[in-house]
Amino acid sequence: MKKRVLTVDDSRTIRNMLLVTLNNAGFETIQAEDGVEGLEVLETANPDVIVTDINMPRLDGFGFIEGVRRNDRYRAVPILVLTTESDAEKKNRARQAGATGWIVKPFDPTKLIDAIERVTA
Amino acid sequence: MDMNEIKEIFFQECEEQLAELESGLLKLNDGDRDPETVNAVFRAVHSIKGGAGAFGLDDLVSFAHVFETTLDCVRSNRLEPNQDVLKVMLKSADVLADLTNAARDGGSVDAARSRQLIKELEALANGELPQAAVAEPVAKPAPVAAPTPAPVVNEEGFQPVAFSFDDFETNEPLAIEPSTFEILFRPKSELYAKGNDATLLLRDLSRLGEMSIHCDMDELPALASMNPEAAYFAWKISLKTDKGEEAIRSVFEFAEWDCELDVMLAGGDHAGAGEELPMQPVPFDLSMLDEEVPASPGAAEDDDQVAAQQREARDDAVSAAATASNVLQMAQTARASAESNRSAASASAAQAAAQQAASAATPTIRVDLDRVDRLINLVGELVINQAMLSQSVIENDTNGTSSINMGLEELQQLTREIQDSVMAIRAQPVKPVFQRMSRIVREIADMTGKSVRLVTEGENTEVDKTVIDKLAEPLTHMIRNAVDHGLETPEKRVAAGKNPEGTVRLTAKHRSGRIVIELADDGAGINREKVRQKAIDNDLIAADANLSDEEIDNLIFHAGFSTADKISDISGRGVGMDVVKRSIQALGGRINISSKPGHGSVFTMSLPLTLAVLDGMVVTVANQTLVVPLTAIVETLQPEASAIHSFGASQRLISIRNSFCPLVDVGRILNFRAIQANPVEGVALLVESEGGGQRALMVDAIQGQRQVVIKSLEANYTHVPGIAAATILGDGRVALILDVDAIVAASRGQSLKPEMLLAAAG
Repeated sequence: MKKRVLTVDDSRTIRNMLLVTLNNAGFETIQAEDGVEGLEVLETANPDVIVTDINMPRLDGFGFIEGVRRNDRYRAVPILVLTTESDAEKKNRARQAGATGWIVKPFDPTKLIDAIERVTA
Repeated sequence: MDMNEIKEIFFQECEEQLAELESGLLKLNDGDRDPETVNAVFRAVHSIKGGAGAFGLDDLVSFAHVFETTLDCVRSNRLEPNQDVLKVMLKSADVLADLTNAARDGGSVDAARSRQLIKELEALANGELPQAAVAEPVAKPAPVAAPTPAPVVNEEGFQPVAFSFDDFETNEPLAIEPSTFEILFRPKSELYAKGNDATLLLRDLSRLGEMSIHCDMDELPALASMNPEAAYFAWKISLKTDKGEEAIRSVFEFAEWDCELDVMLAGGDHAGAGEELPMQPVPFDLSMLDEEVPASPGAAEDDDQVAAQQREARDDAVSAAATASNVLQMAQTARASAESNRSAASASAAQAAAQQAASAATPTIRVDLDRVDRLINLVGELVINQAMLSQSVIENDTNGTSSINMGLEELQQLTREIQDSVMAIRAQPVKPVFQRMSRIVREIADMTGKSVRLVTEGENTEVDKTVIDKLAEPLTHMIRNAVDHGLETPEKRVAAGKNPEGTVRLTAKHRSGRIVIELADDGAGINREKVRQKAIDNDLIAADANLSDEEIDNLIFHAGFSTADKISDISGRGVGMDVVKRSIQALGGRINISSKPGHGSVFTMSLPLTLAVLDGMVVTVANQTLVVPLTAIVETLQPEASAIHSFGASQRLISIRNSFCPLVDVGRILNFRAIQANPVEGVALLVESEGGGQRALMVDAIQGQRQVVIKSLEANYTHVPGIAAATILGDGRVALILDVDAIVAASRGQSLKPEMLLAAAG
């Protein structure tokens, strides 16, 4: 069965890159444009893993992660944070919010798939 | 979709982000302190940086990074966005736009300027910060050093460790002598709560080399008193690898805060660790994991299975890891089903909210411009077809009250509505062009040392996209002129009792089916004495000519006219207001000036809302039907024999209200006929040509005025001199649309080239 990945990112460019990369790697990809939409589609997307950006309008990545972790059904889904910030403070906040791991942008396809495989069976 | 397409999307997105950035900065400049504005500005730069990184656009990334850092200071209230700060930021936004363009189209940017701004931005970030806090934000985005092997587990707080994936690449190729590590791994429950999985970590670890593993289950309580979400197991791992300790730690990169992790070299000082292993080593087999771990959470399993798995867990050290995660998943499943009612209710509530949100924001779609153009073309055909149908019905003279006529009328109305709606698709707000102007103003204000504020109004006024595209150039030039020539220096302004900061006001509005764009400055106004003197010096007017103020003002539209005493860097680029006027006319527009000495000047442009249709005068020339754009025509008149004067061999002049105007026979110029027609038998159209001078175009008769759909000839016939385009009239005949400027220009020489005959035959 194909693994389902939910990606949350406000940048059209990054969304497209994620889509191409993930589809090529054999994942089924569902995309949302910000944290609010991410939480809205969570139930229907029923993802095996989530990849989210941090800086987004309406609801940022931290808020989104907390929202997912509050959802009983998805609170143990692996969440990877996609961020250009390599600084530790942002990672820590993401971790405290409940992120599983992170991918530093700019990602290349292998790194992204590696990271997803690290957190999914 | 391939990378090139994504790159194209990236640049499109950059344009949007740059517009967002600029309008946000301008809002801040006007005193807006809404945190969301700052966030939006930050996000814009951040997004550009993110995308640029993905495409390896290093110049863009490094500039955006510095910019972002400074914006972050504003966002976290460490830097007050006052006017001086915003000045630097607006300039930085300009450089960012330049870098983006350079990345897209090749070309180069002013490297010195961007370096200078990087310095200024860094100074801003540094300026109001204590030294320690500064070091981090200004750090370059270069790969961070590999993590130090110092212990990082800390109960109170997380020890930040900089890490990047680059470390993998730099570390892996390094061949390290194979050595055996003893690893103690004791997950906390947080590790599972954050979606990490001990099984997967062990799997990754096993890939590093030869591994044997023992599960420490001493803490596992009886099933009855077991908390399914607690972490009870610990693993002792013996790993023989040549990858080194850092590779081992990097496996636990995501988990290191949520577990106890101890990595040490086997033997030597850590002999005790080996003695503590009372159990038989079990070789680690990856395939076991694949069987044990369900593909997705939420797979229902009953209690017997749990128990069975628990027994297995006691039997087998490795599968315990898998079971631990299963237990967690099952607990979730149970809870989920118990509360399914509640979650279903909340889900439907969320859906309702989503629908509400969707209806609040106007949904938009992106459509390829080609498709819109095709639609517009088809609608053009429809309009023509409808006109032809009407005409043939009239010619066949059906009964005036017949239902056919009624149907036709309805068809006509519908056609017009469709046409309007389709045109509206292409309509775009003038906002992007206006936004570009604020940059122009900043640049010129900088160059001239003047202080200028650009006020824009009516940015959301919509006009056809093609008009917008062609508007930028003349507008740019006019803005340059307004700041360079219109506004005075701050000292002069203060001396005149004005605000040292000059204002340039750019306004757009709709007026009677056209868009009117007004550019007003509060400068000194046109110095009429100077303009007049200049015109006399340049032989544009006679020294004793008696001109009204308005006529003098309009002299600045003459070719080669420039009032600046010295040719400045800004306006002296060989283009004058004559070029502006010509490009406005080429758009079917008109431009006017009104000026008040000491109070400034106002330029008013009136443009058609679309370039797809045109108001034209349909005329007959040598049995051909031609269309003359209405915007070019000043007046029409019936020449009298007494007003016609011969001049030279074949030139003729017509006298109109005591001035002479060259008479141009359109039929002769276009080679429709070999000899000039008798002017008295025709009609003269007084047109204004590019130089501002007037010509009287001779045509045989006027058929009427109508709106025509413009059809380009260039695709099929290349450029035809003297002809701007073609149209199809109601009776199905093709009529050529005159290029008035080209006709006037040709009249100065002999005639257009002979190949004109071909076009005329069409």
